Amino acid sequence: MSDSQGRHPLLPNLDQSLVSKMLEKAGAASIDELFSDIPPRVRLKRALRLPKGSSEYEVRREVLARLGQNSTPPGSLCFLGGGVWPHYVPAAVESITSRQEFYTSYTPYQAEVSQGMLQALFEYQSLMCDLLGMEACNSSMYDWASAAGEAVRMAGRVTGRRKALIAGNASLQRLAVIRTYTEPMGLELETVAFDRKKGTLDAEDLQSRLSSDVACLYIENPNFFGVIEEAIPRIVEQVHSHGALAVVGVDPISLSLVKEPGAYGADIAVGEGQPLGIAMNYGGPHLGIFSVKDIKLARSMPGRLIGITTATADPGRKAFAMVLQAREQHIRREAAMSNVCTNESLMAVAAASYLSLLGKDGFRKLGEAIISNAHYAAKMLSKVRGVRSPHFSGAFFKEFAVSYQSAKSASVYRRLARKGVLGGYPLHRSFGVGAEAGLYCVTEVHTREDIGRLAMALKEAV
Amino acid sequence: MRRFSQAVWDEPLISELSRPGRVGMSIPSDPKILSRYRDPASLVPESVRRGSVKLPELSELQVLRHFNRLSQMNFSVELGMYPLGSCTMKYNPKVSEMVSASDSMKNAHPLQPGETVQGLLSIFYELEGFLCEVTGMHRFTLSTAAGAQGELAGVLMIRKYHRDHGQDKRDEIIVPDSAHGTNPASAAMAGFKVVKVASDSSGQVRARSVRDVCSEKTAGMMFTVPNTLGLFESEVAEVCQAVHDAGGLMYYDGANMNALLGRARPGDMGFDVVHLNLHKTFATPHGGGGPGAGPVGVTRKLADYLPVPVVVKSKRGYALDYGLKHTIGPLKGFVGNSAVLLRAYVYIRLLGASGLADVSSLAVLAANYLWKSLDPEAFPASHGSGLRRKHETVVSVNSELPGAALTVAKAILDYGMHAPTVYFPLIVHEALMIEPTESEPVEMLDEYAAALNEIYRGLKEGTLGAVPKHASVGKVDEVKASHPLTLRVHW
Repeated sequence: MSDSQGRHPLLPNLDQSLVSKMLEKAGAASIDELFSDIPPRVRLKRALRLPKGSSEYEVRREVLARLGQNSTPPGSLCFLGGGVWPHYVPAAVESITSRQEFYTSYTPYQAEVSQGMLQALFEYQSLMCDLLGMEACNSSMYDWASAAGEAVRMAGRVTGRRKALIAGNASLQRLAVIRTYTEPMGLELETVAFDRKKGTLDAEDLQSRLSSDVACLYIENPNFFGVIEEAIPRIVEQVHSHGALAVVGVDPISLSLVKEPGAYGADIAVGEGQPLGIAMNYGGPHLGIFSVKDIKLARSMPGRLIGITTATADPGRKAFAMVLQAREQHIRREAAMSNVCTNESLMAVAAASYLSLLGKDGFRKLGEAIISNAHYAAKMLSKVRGVRSPHFSGAFFKEFAVSYQSAKSASVYRRLARKGVLGGYPLHRSFGVGAEAGLYCVTEVHTREDIGRLAMALKEAV
Repeated sequence: MRRFSQAVWDEPLISELSRPGRVGMSIPSDPKILSRYRDPASLVPESVRRGSVKLPELSELQVLRHFNRLSQMNFSVELGMYPLGSCTMKYNPKVSEMVSASDSMKNAHPLQPGETVQGLLSIFYELEGFLCEVTGMHRFTLSTAAGAQGELAGVLMIRKYHRDHGQDKRDEIIVPDSAHGTNPASAAMAGFKVVKVASDSSGQVRARSVRDVCSEKTAGMMFTVPNTLGLFESEVAEVCQAVHDAGGLMYYDGANMNALLGRARPGDMGFDVVHLNLHKTFATPHGGGGPGAGPVGVTRKLADYLPVPVVVKSKRGYALDYGLKHTIGPLKGFVGNSAVLLRAYVYIRLLGASGLADVSSLAVLAANYLWKSLDPEAFPASHGSGLRRKHETVVSVNSELPGAALTVAKAILDYGMHAPTVYFPLIVHEALMIEPTESEPVEMLDEYAAALNEIYRGLKEGTLGAVPKHASVGKVDEVKASHPLTLRVHW
């Protein structure tokens, strides 16, 4: 909104005398003349039909009032998971990601004035490699789902095989994204069954589907039901024995207590970095993790990679730069490994600072707090009549399915929400769970009272 | 000229600052719950139980100092002019940051029932409508996370549309030689062969040349208007016609939309699919490389092909619709980069219809003004010297010295200003691609032009020396960065 003199805080040159001076230098009589190269037939001959501009105060007041209609913590309790999880974001992380030097910069094309971002991203890569047990991690993808899509594409690319196996207990949404990403390559996707009782992957079904046509198995650990794949080291061996790659999707915070994918031989590990100091943000921005075990595979990876080097004239002076750019779209064009350009760098900085704050002991303690709270909650919910909690017998970390004897999962989910408790995301029929069930997530943010409130609300909802 | 010196901190890697026993964050935990599980880790089956995790151990202040020091070694829009061509590094209003940091944005879970997020959904619904109006499209989805993902969505829609109409043989996408690298990369990812069409000596794509490469194999064409030389494509309508006549569809790369707000719309030019980069045109911060958002819009006939979800409005309120009949499927988990979308919405509301038109007027004025402020001997226009620039200007560095554009780019860093994009578009010799944006006061444009002119004199007289001198590090050895390749530390 411009004021009565036509000024606007975002437009410093919106001033008639300035515009005249600038036009003179530009050699044009009017602003319209600057646009005279647009053929009349494609010009817009009317004003845009958008609201009038408003002052900062008015916009802020209105938008905050509208957002206030959302039912979110702290006004309600959130026990939803499924790929985005309620975790605490430390104030120090918010402070770091609010540094304008980080958030108003762009891709570090000029390394000399972008060492800060480059070093932070290098540290992210390095910390993630430690956490995942992998040898190379790129500096971010859009999110878990798109990282999984790119990973399965990469498996197809490096093996030259035509089929990909997807664990049947992986997220259906991620499966859908993998399908969108891989369909043009002609990769055939096949779902591997899971054990209906335990919730873990069915190794026999996997065995029957493995062949020399299979590029990879995509498996999540913990899987979408929150169940830990305790046989995953053997599953990975099985996959490798057929020359296929093991692509593993992880919730990085589970790696506080659950073995890292690199330790059981994963070739590509992807995942969702959101728990590492990033808000739930109604689905984004989040942080797609993408890493490989064999450094040789780094050359086939999508995404930006940061490497360590020195100043040209001073070999003693450490410096950072983007590396292996010849894989990328701006150099390789149609032969690039991926089209990804803008990524989620700021979220990678958040994750690096989060892991540094927690440290070795903090991270372990966090895992212990989460797994204890989750098991306590599952126990409390099991006391509710007409409820089976946890539904699956397999071990779990922070999420678990709960099934209802007579209630519909969709109605439980809505009734809970009306009581200010968000949870029990209905497990879609296409999973073939064979029961009316909902997914619950319990983390360090939930107190004993919160869990009590959930149990009470569930009692009334089933 | 201004004196500038970027901070130098000689900051070690965070792992080198670690000291056993330190912790930078307290963990909430309930002793009454914890005491029920003597060893919580034993709840994880032994076969997959983790030993220790290697992470650095620091206090909260140490972590803050480390990252704050790094931030001081990072150039940004709020420190100085950042005219990176094609990236539209405009100012990002602070109020957008404040609003997107509210609890009701940050703590909203994408799987919570639609009834409980009506506030946000109503904003998204309105934003889809705004973007339709700005581009002349029938429907938008906000679900794609960046421009390149929007492109992939666009070409996948083109592919599916043809297949659904029995046109499986259409496996070629036409891409001009001046296009962004993402265009051919996206087309290839979607399974297309890329057919290159050359721009003419004025830097424009001629309808005649497009007709020459069109055939029964043409699925469509990806076209950037204004193009990467900053020139409006005067035959855009004819190009669209040529591709349509051949049975193909037209894709509009919206990276340069900052030139056209309120002036012209891709829908009126004949495009079928459009993506916008909200982090460019609609002022959401670039985050050191991301996040961005790349919503995609389409004409009526492609509306059912959009990636899901889209926001719908009914008597019962707003909801996410995953059920579009011909959808190519989702490309990203959940809804989209919601907190980025919210910022773009705030930006549009701050400016409104006439303010957005002013944005493009002033962005174009700034590019032309800056261009004419450059020494034309030093920085000749490679193409279309008699044509107006739109949002950016591309010039050559008039020099036989190898790497002249790179030297100019490094030299300007010493003035406390960011370099232009260099060596792009590929069809320009020693290219500098300068996009000042409407955010820069005229004084900064003068300073930038004066600096470039001065640098050129230094380049010619051989007095520049090793540049940069005042960045936190001298020229970085990018070759050594790959040989040997170090992507992580072992500590």
